[in-house]
Amino acid sequence: MSTPAPAVPAPGADTEGVQAAATAVARGTRLPGWFVILWRNRKCRIGILMLAAFVLVAVFAPLIAPYDPRDDAFPTSLGPTADHWLGTTAQGEDVFSQLVVGARTSLVVGLAAGVLSTLIGLVVGLTAGFVGGWVDEVLSFLINLGLVVPALPLMVTLAAYAPVRGLWLIIIVISVTGWAYGARIKRSQIITLRTRDYITAARFAGDRTARIIAREIVPNMTSLIVVGFMGAALGAIGGEAGLAFLGLGDPLTVSWGTMLNQASLGGAMLTGQWAWLIAPGLALSLLITSFTLINFGIDALSNPHLRED
Amino acid sequence: MAPVAYFVRRFLFFLGTLWAAVTLNFLIPRLQPGDPAEAIVSRLAGQSESIDPAQVQAIRVMLGTPDGNLFDQYVQYLGAVLHGDFGISYTYFPYSVTHMIGQALPWTVILVGVTQIISFVVGTLLGTWAAYRRNSRVDSVITLGSTFLGTLPFFWLALLLVYVFAITLRWFPERGGYGGGSSPGWNWLFISDAFQHSVLPAVALLITGPIGWIIGMRNNMVQSLGEDHTRLAVARGLPRRRVAITYGARIAILPNVTGFAIALGGILGGTVLVETVFNYPGMGRLLLESVSSRDYPLMQAIFLFTTIGVLVANFLADLLYGFLDPRVRKVESV
Repeated sequence: MSTPAPAVPAPGADTEGVQAAATAVARGTRLPGWFVILWRNRKCRIGILMLAAFVLVAVFAPLIAPYDPRDDAFPTSLGPTADHWLGTTAQGEDVFSQLVVGARTSLVVGLAAGVLSTLIGLVVGLTAGFVGGWVDEVLSFLINLGLVVPALPLMVTLAAYAPVRGLWLIIIVISVTGWAYGARIKRSQIITLRTRDYITAARFAGDRTARIIAREIVPNMTSLIVVGFMGAALGAIGGEAGLAFLGLGDPLTVSWGTMLNQASLGGAMLTGQWAWLIAPGLALSLLITSFTLINFGIDALSNPHLRED
Repeated sequence: MAPVAYFVRRFLFFLGTLWAAVTLNFLIPRLQPGDPAEAIVSRLAGQSESIDPAQVQAIRVMLGTPDGNLFDQYVQYLGAVLHGDFGISYTYFPYSVTHMIGQALPWTVILVGVTQIISFVVGTLLGTWAAYRRNSRVDSVITLGSTFLGTLPFFWLALLLVYVFAITLRWFPERGGYGGGSSPGWNWLFISDAFQHSVLPAVALLITGPIGWIIGMRNNMVQSLGEDHTRLAVARGLPRRRVAITYGARIAILPNVTGFAIALGGILGGTVLVETVFNYPGMGRLLLESVSSRDYPLMQAIFLFTTIGVLVANFLADLLYGFLDPRVRKVESV
């Protein structure tokens, strides 16, 4: 999996030069093989660049945002002007600053909830698939239950009871409701891996279960885990936006979901503030697009037939 | 496994999930520290002077009493649920929670039912077409188009629809399920009015609705078209179209049937958002209303009803799948 793909010229016209360059770069700087495969896929490359842009904006948000996102000292409900590129909210806050800071929230929630639900899914899926027997029966039941319980109503119910609605609570609620899909896929992968010869060999060699899982099984599931993480992160970003839009987000955090919530409640449609309405949704949509594009490359990572793309 | 065993197994799974959902509903409010019922009762008492003892009792049954152990509470709760007694809504006093849900349910069932059937049919047809003409221009337009549409947030699309078609162009009403001039009933005025109000929410659900089916159907069918039995059919000289329909599509549609039931949970989540945007009088809006007015008995019951609805749909899909695909009756289900 870590060996770079053979340098087959791509059928796409403009990728040839870039591919050669990527190979050269990889040779020069010894980039990991998986990155080269991802980078070689044109769709994936665009996705990586888009995501990198979002990460940069999120990291340097306080420097990029012209104003404090909560500073409401400006005229209310302005359209786009030179001072306020995307106008101001009904409370007189700068929409552009909120948009920039909102990138941070989405990425933090996506990363944290993505990691958390991937971990839950990995532990449950690994245990169910590897241990088998009644443990598998019980865990499979939990996985299937997690798959069918409607996530958003569950999130809403959990969030409604929470005494304090901090960002971490949102992250935990999203992870608790979103781990099942990854767990199911990992479980079935484990079941096919468990009976392979090298696992049997490791067991006969006297390796403990924990070691077999950590050294023999998990490395063979890398792309599955990465795809699972991407899916979970995507779900988390959407979940946070949805919860925040419903008014159930962290009231102290500026996010694209809360922006849309306030745009909707603050009469952005009646005052014709299209920029306030369009910008957060478009940003969300572009972030989701970048994940989708990167997934094309990850598919190529796990399926060599797609690599020449 | 004999065919009967498959159905028995699915039924047991259904019962198990049903029990788990009911128990989850019991446990969620009790997870928070302190006595939730006491907090809510005192909060309600602060809001209005007269607080009915029946309300306090309803809250106690749903959220627990300070005296009596968890097991007694659980038995009491199970009894109430079995009798369909979910207590009195606080916000809509003196109406019962069941009454409120009965009012909202038809709106959501009709909206979700109609849009999902259309999505399934349209998605399956487009997916079949894309797989039939795979690697052609039609295929890439359908696949890339649906991938692009799939990245657009659901509720944002709904907001834009309101902005463009209701507020700017004034083609459709902006919010609600029916206008002030009509009242619910089997009369033409109400039905046409309700239809007009449901156009935009339905469009919001239909834009993203077929995407999963398109991608799923296309991928399944491309795979089944590459299998040996399809090659044999081609070698026999059967017409291309017939091979595609009877050898490709027929097999490819099977996973979409169970997919339909699993997707229902997600679709209901989307419906909560869409109903909120359009202020549509269904279950989703009622759930959100109950959350913002802290009407806990109503909120709990809506969550339970929604979950049970999804579980029943899953069970029916499992049964249907058992009839459609003889293989699952033989193999241990995953």
